[in-house]
Amino acid sequence: MQTSGSTKGKSKPSNLIPGATGDWEVVIGMEVHAQVASHAKLFSGASTEFGGSPNSHVSLVDAAMPGMLPVINEECVAQAVRTGLGLNAAINLTSVFDRKNYFYPDLPQGYQISQYKQPIVGEGVVEIDVDGELMKVGIERLHLEQDAGKSIHDQHPDYTYVDLNRSGVALMEIVSKPDLRSSKQAQAYVSKLRSILRYLGTCDGDMEKGNLRADVNVSVRKPGEPLGTRCEIKNVNSIRFIGQAVEVEARRQIDIIEEGGKIDQETRLFDSAKGETRSMRSKEEAHDYRYFPDPDLLPLEMTQGYVDGLKKALPELPDEKRTRFVKQYGLSAYDADVLVAERENAEFFETVAKGRDGKTAANWVINDLFGRLNKEGKEIAASPVSAAQLGAILDLIANNTISGKIAKDLFEIVWSEGGDPADIVDKRGMKQVTDTGAIEKVVDEIIAANPKQVEQIKANPKTMGWFVGQVMKLSGGKANPAAVNDVLRRKLGI
Amino acid sequence: MQVDQATVRRIARLARIKISDDEAKGLEGELSGILKWVEQLGEVDTVGVEPMTRVVPIELKQRKDIVCDGEIADDVTRNAPVSENHFFVVPKVVE
Amino acid sequence: MTDLTRLTLAEARDGLTKKQFTSTELTLAFLTAIEKGNATLNAYVLPVPEHALAQAKTSDSRLAKGDARPLEGLPLGIKDLFATKGIRTTACSTILDDFKPTYESTVTQNLWDAGAVMLGKLNCDEFAMGSSNETSAFGPVVNPWRRNGKDGKPSTDRLVPGGSSGGSSAAVSANLCLAATATDTGGSIRQPAALTGTVGIKPTYGRCSRWGTVAFASSLDQAGPIAKTVRDSAIMLRHMSSHDLKDSTSVDTPVPDYEAELGRGIKGLRVGVPREYRVEGMSAEIDALWQKGIAWLKAAGATIHDISLPHTKYALPAYYIVAPAECSSNLARYDGVRYGLRVPGKDLTETYENTRAAGFGKEVKRRILIGTYVLSAGYYDAYYIKAQKVRTLIKRDFDEAWEKVDVVLTPTTPSPAFAAGEKSGDPLAMYLEDIFTVTVNMAGLPGISVPAGLSSQGTPLGLQLIGKPFDEGTLLRASQAIEDAAGRFPVPTRWWES
Repeated sequence: MQTSGSTKGKSKPSNLIPGATGDWEVVIGMEVHAQVASHAKLFSGASTEFGGSPNSHVSLVDAAMPGMLPVINEECVAQAVRTGLGLNAAINLTSVFDRKNYFYPDLPQGYQISQYKQPIVGEGVVEIDVDGELMKVGIERLHLEQDAGKSIHDQHPDYTYVDLNRSGVALMEIVSKPDLRSSKQAQAYVSKLRSILRYLGTCDGDMEKGNLRADVNVSVRKPGEPLGTRCEIKNVNSIRFIGQAVEVEARRQIDIIEEGGKIDQETRLFDSAKGETRSMRSKEEAHDYRYFPDPDLLPLEMTQGYVDGLKKALPELPDEKRTRFVKQYGLSAYDADVLVAERENAEFFETVAKGRDGKTAANWVINDLFGRLNKEGKEIAASPVSAAQLGAILDLIANNTISGKIAKDLFEIVWSEGGDPADIVDKRGMKQVTDTGAIEKVVDEIIAANPKQVEQIKANPKTMGWFVGQVMKLSGGKANPAAVNDVLRRKLGI
Repeated sequence: MQVDQATVRRIARLARIKISDDEAKGLEGELSGILKWVEQLGEVDTVGVEPMTRVVPIELKQRKDIVCDGEIADDVTRNAPVSENHFFVVPKVVE
Repeated sequence: MTDLTRLTLAEARDGLTKKQFTSTELTLAFLTAIEKGNATLNAYVLPVPEHALAQAKTSDSRLAKGDARPLEGLPLGIKDLFATKGIRTTACSTILDDFKPTYESTVTQNLWDAGAVMLGKLNCDEFAMGSSNETSAFGPVVNPWRRNGKDGKPSTDRLVPGGSSGGSSAAVSANLCLAATATDTGGSIRQPAALTGTVGIKPTYGRCSRWGTVAFASSLDQAGPIAKTVRDSAIMLRHMSSHDLKDSTSVDTPVPDYEAELGRGIKGLRVGVPREYRVEGMSAEIDALWQKGIAWLKAAGATIHDISLPHTKYALPAYYIVAPAECSSNLARYDGVRYGLRVPGKDLTETYENTRAAGFGKEVKRRILIGTYVLSAGYYDAYYIKAQKVRTLIKRDFDEAWEKVDVVLTPTTPSPAFAAGEKSGDPLAMYLEDIFTVTVNMAGLPGISVPAGLSSQGTPLGLQLIGKPFDEGTLLRASQAIEDAAGRFPVPTRWWES
C-alpha cells in the first residue's frame, strides 16, 4: 500500500508531533477486516454463529478434507456490494477469487481464498468529522476473503489447540488510502466505517467479538518529505486501542529515527497492558503468497441491474440522515451526529419526534434517555422506556399537564416501573397546577410568612428565584413555574 | 532457467518439504532441466491473448444463505493424528 | 459355467436380468480372480470382499423382485482417488496413511445409487501423477499384456499398464472387474487404456463432478471409465456423470443416454486429421495404425479432412506449468494436522516438513516444487500467465477446427507399453508419454482411446478421438465404428494367476 501518499492529507499544525529534531507528521492507512453478516460461511454451508463447541460449525469443506470444493454464498456477495455502495465506491462487475498460499494450523487448505488483482469493490470515499472538521478519507478497495480458524496457544505449554469454527467465515477487507494524519482521525474513520456497516446491516461491528478488527499502518516523516517506512500493527480490536496504538507507534518510530536509527518494515502487535507495540516473531521472512486465480471457482460476474437493485433497497445512510435531521428537525450538527451514530438510536428519535417538536425530542433522547442507558450499560433495544412512552411524556409537557421538572420524575417512574405516562400522572396526582387562584393562595401564604425577603426582593428583583422555589416546594412541585412567576410579580409589584 | 541449490532450498521451505543435501543436488539438475524445457513457450506469440480464466463457459454458481452443513465435529476430527475434545492438536506455535 | 469374469458389462447386465446367474455368483467370480491374480498384477490396493458381497446380496434381492436399477449387481473397481465412505482412501500415497473418509465422492455415489457393487480400491500413480503407475506407494502395477519373446513364448519383462490409472486399466484388461472408474488430468485414462487394449474415455471438463475426488490439478481433472468395450464405457459414463451443486465447475447439461446413441452410425461424420500430431521420430507402426483408423472411418461413411492445430507441441510444456502450479496448492492441505500421516518435529514447521518429506514420493515432490516455483514472485507472469495464454490458443485451435470437422483422430500414445523402470530415470522422458493426450485436457474437451491393433511386439495400440464439448455421443459412435472394424483385444493368457 506504499503509494506516493496523498498531498491532500492536510497536516494541520495541531496534528504534528513534536520531536527533538522538529515536528513530525504521522501517516496512517487502515485495513479493516469486517465479518460479513450472514447465516452461513462464504464457501460452505456451515454456521457463522459465534461460540459453539470446538469444530462444530465446521463442514468437510471448512476442514479441507480431500476432494472438497468451494461454492459461494450469494448473500455474502450482496453484502459486499451493499458495503461498497455505502462507501460511495466503484463496484467491479467482474471480480476474481485468488488463492493466497501459506502454511498455518488454522488455515486448513494451506491457502486462503481471497481476491488479489480484481476485487469486487474499487475506489470510494468516506467522510469523517473530527472535532467539527470534515475531511474525506479515500477507500482503495474492498474484497471478500475467508477468515481463518482459531489457534489457542495458552491451554498447554507444549501444544496449540486448533478450532476451525471461524475458518471460512466471510470477511470484507476494506483498505483505506493513507490519508489519515492523527490518532483521532484514525479513530473517527473506524467509528464512521463501523457506523456505516451497522446501518447497512452488512456487519455487526462488534469489536469485542472480533467481528471488526483493524490493521493499522503507521509511518512518520517530516512534513513535505517522502513517505517513511511503515509498520503494520495487526488486529487492533477497539477504537480506544487504535488511538493508543497510533500514538505509541508514531512515538516509537520518531525516537528511533531521531536517535539515528532506521525503521524496519515489519508487522507488530499492540500490547494494551504495556502500552507498546512489539514485533511479531513469526513473520521473519517476507511472505511469497503465490497468488493465482482459484481454479475451483469461476470469475464472479454481476450485472449493473443487480447492483442497481441493491442500491435501491439501501437504507438511508448516516451522512444523509444527519443532513436531513439538521434540516427537518432544526437540530444542531452535534446533536444530529449523536443521534445518527447508531441506526437504532436514530429510529428511536424519529419515532419520538414524529408530530412533536424536534429539538425537545432530541434534548430528551440525548440527555435523559441516552444518558440513563449509558449509565446502566444498556443498549437502546433494552430501553425500559419506549419511544412511544417518551413521546407521551413530551406530549404531557407540551399541553401543560405537567411541568418540566415533574416530567423528569415521571420519566424515572416509567423507567423503573413501566406503565402509561398519562395514566401515572392521573393516578398519582402529578398534574401541574395552573389554576391561578390556587397559586395565588400559596403565594399569599409565603409572602405573609416572609416579610424580610419581600423587602429584599422589592429592592433587588433578581432574587425572586428564592420565592419561586418556595412556592414550588409548597405546591409539591406541581405549580406551573411560568404562572408562579406571573403571580409573584403581580403581588410583589415588580 | 537454471535453478541453484539455494533456490531449491528456498522453494522447498515455501512448500514445507524437508530435503536432504543429496536431494537438493539431484533436484537442482532435474528442476533446471524441466524449467529449461518449458521455456520453449517463449516461442509462442501471445500478444493480445487473454489467459484462460474458465474452462467451461458457465457462470459462477451461487448458493442460498442457509445453514445446511457442519455440526459434524466427530466426523471432522475422526481421522486426526492428534486431537483432544474435538480440537486439533499441534506443536505449540509462538506468535 | 462360462468364466463370468470374461463377460462385458453389457453382457453381465443382460445375464443378470435373464437370471442366468446371480450378482453374488458374479461377484464371487471376480473376488476369486482377484485373490488369484492380484499378488502378481498389484492392480488392487484394497479388495473389499465383505462389502462387495453385502452389496451383491442387496442387488440379488432387487433383481429377484424385478426392481433392478440400471447397474444393479455389476461389480466394479474404484481408483483409490475417489473417496469411499468408511473405506480407506489413499490416492496411493503414504501421506494419507489410513485415512477413511466419512463421505462418498459424487461419482461413486452415483454408481451405488445405480446399484453397482464395489470390488475394491484400485492402484494408481501417487496423487494421479505419472504415466506408468510406478510412483504408487503400494508398488507398481503390472500390465497383463506381455511382449512376444523368443521361440513363440512371451517375454518375461514386466510391462507398465500406463498411468496414472494403471490399476484401473490392468484390472479391466485382466478381467478383475467388469469396468473401473479412473481420472484423467493429462491422459491418465486414455493412455493406460491404450497400453492395455481397453476403452477409456475422459469426458468434457465439467461433465463429471469432482466433489470427493482427490484433487490433482483442478482445471484439468476429470473422472471417466475404463471398460472392455465402447458400449460398456457408454453405460458407465452415463451413470458417473451428473450435475453437482457442490462443485462450482460442474455443468448443468442433461446427461444423454450414451448407449442409445451408439447404433446411429457415422455416415457423413467429418473426421479431422491434424498434421501437427505427426511428430518427429514417430514409429512407423503407429503411423500405419493411424492410417488404418482413417480407412475404417471412411469405410463407415465418414469424410476425412486435413486440419491444423498449430499450437499442439506447446500443450505439453504449458501443461507442465499449469498442472504443477495447481497441484502445489491443492496438496498443501496434506500437512499432518487433520488427517493422514504425521511425522513429529521439534516444532510445527519441522512437523510439516518431516511429514511432507516422508509422505510424498519423488514425483509428487518434484511437481510440487515446480509448481511452487512457477507461482512464486517474479516468475508468475513469465511462466503461469504465459502457459494460461498458450492454453487459450490451444483451445482456439480446436474451436476453429470444429468449423470444419466433428471429431479429430490421432494416435493415443507415441509407443506401446514399455518395460518397468525403462522411463523412470528421466522425468522428461516420462512426461512425453502424454504428448498426444494433454491437448485435450488443456482445451477441456472430451477424448477417448479405443484399442485398434497390436504392435509388432504383440502389445496393444490405441487410437484417440477428440470431440466437441459435451459431444461424447459422437465420440462414442465414432469409436464404435473403429471397434467394429478392429475387433476387441482380450488378453491372450491369464499368466499371472497363482
